[in-house]
Amino acid sequence: MAGGVLGEVAAPARSIDWAASLKEAALAAAVALVLFLPLIGMQIVRIEGGTGLQFRLGWVAIGVALVFVGRLLLILLGGRSADLLAAAARPFARLPQLLAPYSLWFGLAGVTFAFVLPFLPFADRYVVDVATTVLIYIMLGWGLNIVVGLAGLLDLGYVAFYAVGAYSYALLAIHFNLGFWECLPLAGLFAASFGVLLGFPVLRLRGDYLAIVTLGFGEIVRIVLLNWYPVTKGPDGLANIPRPTFFGMDFTRNPAEGETAFHEFFGLPYSGLHRVVFLYFLILILALITNAFVQRVRKLPIGRAWEALREDEIACRALGINPTNTKLTAFALGAMFGGFAGSFFATRQGFISPESFTFIESALILAIVVLGGMGSQIGVVLAALVLVLLPELGREFEQFRMLLFGAAMVGIMVWRPRGLLAHREPTIRLHPADAGSSP
Amino acid sequence: MTALLEVLHLTMRFGGLVAIDDLSFTAHDREITAIIGPNGAGKTTVFNCLTGFYKPTVGQLTFHGRGQPLLLERIDGFRIARAGVARTFQNIRLFGQMSVLENLIVAQHNALMRASGYTLLGVLGHPGYRKAEKAAIELARHWLDRIELTDRADWNAENLPYGQQRRLEIARAMCMEPKLLCLDEPAAGLNPRETAQLGDLLRTIRDDSGIGILLIEHDMGVVMGISDHIVVLDYGRKIADGKPDEVRRDPNVIKAYLGEPEEAPLPTPVKADLAEEGRL
Repeated sequence: MAGGVLGEVAAPARSIDWAASLKEAALAAAVALVLFLPLIGMQIVRIEGGTGLQFRLGWVAIGVALVFVGRLLLILLGGRSADLLAAAARPFARLPQLLAPYSLWFGLAGVTFAFVLPFLPFADRYVVDVATTVLIYIMLGWGLNIVVGLAGLLDLGYVAFYAVGAYSYALLAIHFNLGFWECLPLAGLFAASFGVLLGFPVLRLRGDYLAIVTLGFGEIVRIVLLNWYPVTKGPDGLANIPRPTFFGMDFTRNPAEGETAFHEFFGLPYSGLHRVVFLYFLILILALITNAFVQRVRKLPIGRAWEALREDEIACRALGINPTNTKLTAFALGAMFGGFAGSFFATRQGFISPESFTFIESALILAIVVLGGMGSQIGVVLAALVLVLLPELGREFEQFRMLLFGAAMVGIMVWRPRGLLAHREPTIRLHPADAGSSP
Repeated sequence: MTALLEVLHLTMRFGGLVAIDDLSFTAHDREITAIIGPNGAGKTTVFNCLTGFYKPTVGQLTFHGRGQPLLLERIDGFRIARAGVARTFQNIRLFGQMSVLENLIVAQHNALMRASGYTLLGVLGHPGYRKAEKAAIELARHWLDRIELTDRADWNAENLPYGQQRRLEIARAMCMEPKLLCLDEPAAGLNPRETAQLGDLLRTIRDDSGIGILLIEHDMGVVMGISDHIVVLDYGRKIADGKPDEVRRDPNVIKAYLGEPEEAPLPTPVKADLAEEGRL
């Protein structure tokens, strides 16, 4: 609403109409009053024998006054406020395109940094843990990028495949005593079949309708996990999921009889950090495999068919591309990587419950793909860094950190509406890259 | 010259509306067959039936493309395309965010898909796929040269000017190496120079590759200049069928395009009144 009002007012406001401006600002202040009264104005406090309400009208007054002044300033700046915004964004507008030829170097630098990170002096357990989380989301982002970025199918239930992967690994490992490496392909396979399962009913849907159905699918999977007590232990979750081993060696202080632990084999003193670092490298390699696969497939006929499907499905059919198969492979492959990431998540946590697979996870992964710039691999990395690190860095701000997080997302969408790195490189060129491409 | 496409008693109804009414005609290879008619005559509906976007209510569409004759009304749209029927659209449908070259490579999807072992061999970097991709690029380059877009091969398709987009869509269809090329108003929105180029392009396609072209067009200059055979539709019904000269002189066609000549006799009382006033 604010944008529309701003636009209308901004254009003709060369000579300032004070009455209208004040009215407009007063209106904004009134809206702010309605919002702030419950949000800031009331606080629940503990009093004898229960809780009570405490009013903080002073804060409300300050907030409303700020909104009034701010709105008035925006109006007085007139059209220039939009210009200022555009001017602030201009230096960044062509950045992705300028950087595109060097993306290989950025990628290499990033990977090198990722490999040496655990050995850097500041890398304590917390840093490696957070980095592992970032990598999980990068991998999920890359997986979802197949479905959303390349094939253009808006999927709001991606977390379902993550959950299928996690539960597949946990159940197989607990009941059949299979190791992580045996379970990984199976978990991927299960997740992929769930991808196909979701794919069939939504073949004819696009855009908003597809989003709603996939959202429902994600919830169905979560609710089944929650209620199928005999198998999934419902809300209690599955505990004691086996941890991964390094070529059969555990990361325990006192290994079982007849087995060698990692630190014994290498003659190192035992440290809890070994496993954390091992898990970090594990997800790093899984993520890199995902990336290599997606990069490769993008240049294959199937990858080009996905992108063509995103651009125009009718034209695809007229070119003899089978839309059913193309969509289903996108769903299946995207889901497979979600499943791999899920298995890793299960083995890292050692405990999973449906609570880890709520809609907010799907939303976060989708936000990573969209903020990064649909279809951009490095964009996903940047967005995952921003979206996972920001709440971490914001911990000192306590309850305001989500506010900060939201503000950052709004900011990105204002300055870079098509994502951080929206530039798309063709998968194949006739002329060398510097010979001049699209204007 | 052999029959490429035989349309028999094609009828398409949408509820109570009869868009095509018992249409029969034949298109031959090495010929340009034009379908013309006033707006709303059902021309694009014919194309949509041919290319599987609509299922005809009644009728048989036999296609003699490769080997066995195919009944087009029975198979899916994408299979019709695979059988050798390529089409372009009235409102251009390019893959806008993909490069010009990519558009032409996507058109060779099925051949490349087989070469990439349905992705498996391709992921492993099999040399057979690389060879197939090279061949695909060569074919694309051939068509880029012919439509004079080689310099802009790496542009995004949406950034091309309108006339070049039209040409690219034709080149994309030709990259499928079809037996029958269906063009839906290819000259719409082109300037006279571009229109002339288009005519030349279509003629050389017909003569060089020996395929049949089915053309919907409003620009009578183009139609009369390049067509070998014209089918005229009006309100979904065929009103004429023949060589350009014959069709041009056909009274039914003139009537459909220019309306009824005002020769209807005036009612007698009016005649009498006018005679009285000395105006007749």
